[in-house]
Amino acid sequence: MKPASLITILTLALGAAAPWLISSYELSLLGRFLAFSLVALGIMLTWGEGGILSLGQGVFFGLGGYALAMNLKLAGLNLANGDMPDFMQWSGVSALPGFWYPFANPWFSLVCVVLVPGIFAAAFSWLVFRRRIGGVYFALITQALALAFATLLVSEQAFTGGFNGLTDFSTFAGHDITSQGAARVIYLITFLLVVASYFFLRWLLGTRFGTMLRATRDGENRVRFLGHNPLPYKVVAFTLAGMLSGMGGALFTLHAGVISPALVGVVPSIEMVVWVAVGGRNVLWGAIAGTLLVNFAKDEISSALPSLWLYALGGLFILAVSFLPGGIAGLFTTPRMPRFFQRRRQEAAE
Amino acid sequence: MNTAPLLTLENVTVDFDGFKALTDVSLSLAPQDLRVLIGPNGAGKSTLCDTIIGRVRPTSGRILFKNQPITALPEQDIVRRGICRKFQTPGVLPSLSVMENLLVSARKNRAWWLAFSSSPPAAEQERAEEILETIGLTDRRETLAGSLAHGEKQWLEIGMVVATDAELLLLDEPTAGMGPQDTQRTADLILSLVGRHAVLVIDHDMSFVEALNGYTTVLHQGQILREGTVSEIRADAAVEAVYLGRAKEDVA
Repeated sequence: MKPASLITILTLALGAAAPWLISSYELSLLGRFLAFSLVALGIMLTWGEGGILSLGQGVFFGLGGYALAMNLKLAGLNLANGDMPDFMQWSGVSALPGFWYPFANPWFSLVCVVLVPGIFAAAFSWLVFRRRIGGVYFALITQALALAFATLLVSEQAFTGGFNGLTDFSTFAGHDITSQGAARVIYLITFLLVVASYFFLRWLLGTRFGTMLRATRDGENRVRFLGHNPLPYKVVAFTLAGMLSGMGGALFTLHAGVISPALVGVVPSIEMVVWVAVGGRNVLWGAIAGTLLVNFAKDEISSALPSLWLYALGGLFILAVSFLPGGIAGLFTTPRMPRFFQRRRQEAAE
Repeated sequence: MNTAPLLTLENVTVDFDGFKALTDVSLSLAPQDLRVLIGPNGAGKSTLCDTIIGRVRPTSGRILFKNQPITALPEQDIVRRGICRKFQTPGVLPSLSVMENLLVSARKNRAWWLAFSSSPPAAEQERAEEILETIGLTDRRETLAGSLAHGEKQWLEIGMVVATDAELLLLDEPTAGMGPQDTQRTADLILSLVGRHAVLVIDHDMSFVEALNGYTTVLHQGQILREGTVSEIRADAAVEAVYLGRAKEDVA
C-alpha cells in the first residue's frame, strides 16, 4: 500500500473514532474546527485553484449559520399561538416576521443552509465577474460585503437578534441537541461532510473543470482568446465555495450553540483566509490541516495569553506568505517549495 | 485572387481618445494565405491584431470573417468562428503542463457544463500529441509551461493557437527574444502551418521576414504604407526611409 493511502485510511479511522478517544470539550472544539475546514476547502477551491481571493467568506458562513439557527430558535414554539423567539419579545416585535415562518420547518431550513449561500454567491459572483472585476478589487468588494452583512445583522436587532446573534438552542426536528450523545452525532455528521466534500473536490479538481479553473487563474485573457468563456468556471467555483461555507456555518452553529455577527464579519473572514494560507492553498488536505492547526493554536494561545492571539495570527500570516508560499502542505509537494528545500531535495537526488 | 477572402478589414480606424492608432486600414486575406505585417514600433501592428480578435473595438470600419461581420462579437465567439492569436509576450498557462496547455486549447466543444469529465475525447488527445511533435516539445509534455525556456514558451503558444484549429492564426512577434537558430526553427514551424491555416505574422526582424517570404504589408503610423513581396518591400524607397533604414541604423 502506498504511504499516502495509508495516511488517508489512518486519518479517516482516527477522525471517525474521535468521539470515543477524546474528551467532550476537545470533541466540541474539533467539531467546530472541522466545520470551519469546510469554509477552508471552499477558499482552497476559489483562491488556490481559481485565483479568486474572497475576504468575505464569513457572509456565506453566516447565511448558512443563520438559516439553521432560525429553525433552532423556532423549535418548540407554538407559532399558531403567537409565540416568538425570546429576543423578539424583548425588542417589542408584535408578530413573527413573515420570512421567519418557513424556517419553522427543519427540512426547509436544511435546504436553505446550502441554497441561500449558493444562490447568493452565484448571483453576486456572476454580477461582479461579468464586469471583469477581479484581483484586489474583488477582494475589496467581498470585504465590504462582509462589513455590510455584519452591520445589517447588528442593526436589525428585532429580526436577527442583533449583536448577540441567535443562541440558546435545544432541539432540532424534535431531537435533543444538547446531550453528549447528540454532540457525538453532530460531530460524526460534520466529519462525514468534511470527508465527502474533500473527495468531491478531489474529483472535481481532477476533471477538465479543474484544469480550466487553473487555466483561468493563470491567464484569464489567454483562456478567453482560446475561445473559452472564463465566467462560468469562476462562478461555479465561487458558488461551490459559498455552499461549503454555508454548510460550515450551520454545523458550527450546532457545535457552538450560537451564531452572531462577530463570527461572520470582516475579521473572521480574514482569519478564514489565513487558515488556508498557513495550510497550503493548492492542496486540499492542507486547507483542512491549516484550519485545525491555526484554530487549536488560537484556542491554546488565547486561553493562556488572550491579548497575544492577534499578534500571533498576524505573525503566522506573514511567515506563511514570505517563507511558505505553498503553506505547510507546500513542504510536501514539489512545485511550490521554497528554494531552500528545493536545493536540498536536488542535492539528495544527485 | 479568385477565392473569396477569409478576412477583410474595411476602413478600420481605432481612435484612443484622440490618438489614432489605426487610420483607415483596409486589408484582405485569402484562406491559407501567409501574410507578414511589419512596421516600426508604434506603427499599430499589435493594435491591428487586438482589433481583429475583439480586444480593441474599432471606432469606425468593419471587419468581416468569412463574409460575416465580427466587430461586435464577444472575444470568445470570435475565436469560435476561427481566429486565434498568439500574444507578443508568451501567453502560456504557467502552472499547467505543456500537454494540459495544448488540451485546453484543443477543446472542441467549449461549453463549461461539458467540462466535468476526467479525460478529453480521444480525437483531442491525438491532435494535442500531433502538435506536441510539430512544435518539438514531445520530451517536455509533463513539464510545467512556466518553467520552459523562452523559445519553448513561444513554440508552445504557437502550438496552442494551432490546436484551436482556427482557420486564421495571428502570430504577434513569435520570434521576440529568440536567437538566430530558434528564429529559423520558428520560421520553419510557421511555414509548415501554411496550407492548413491562413497565417498573419507580425514581426520586425527582417531576416525572419525574409525566411517566411510571404506577401508583406508595411504599417506606418497606423496606416498601410506599402504591400508587396519581400523583395519589392526591400527595394521600396519609402519603406526604407521609415523602417528599414532606421533598422539598419539601429544595428549599426
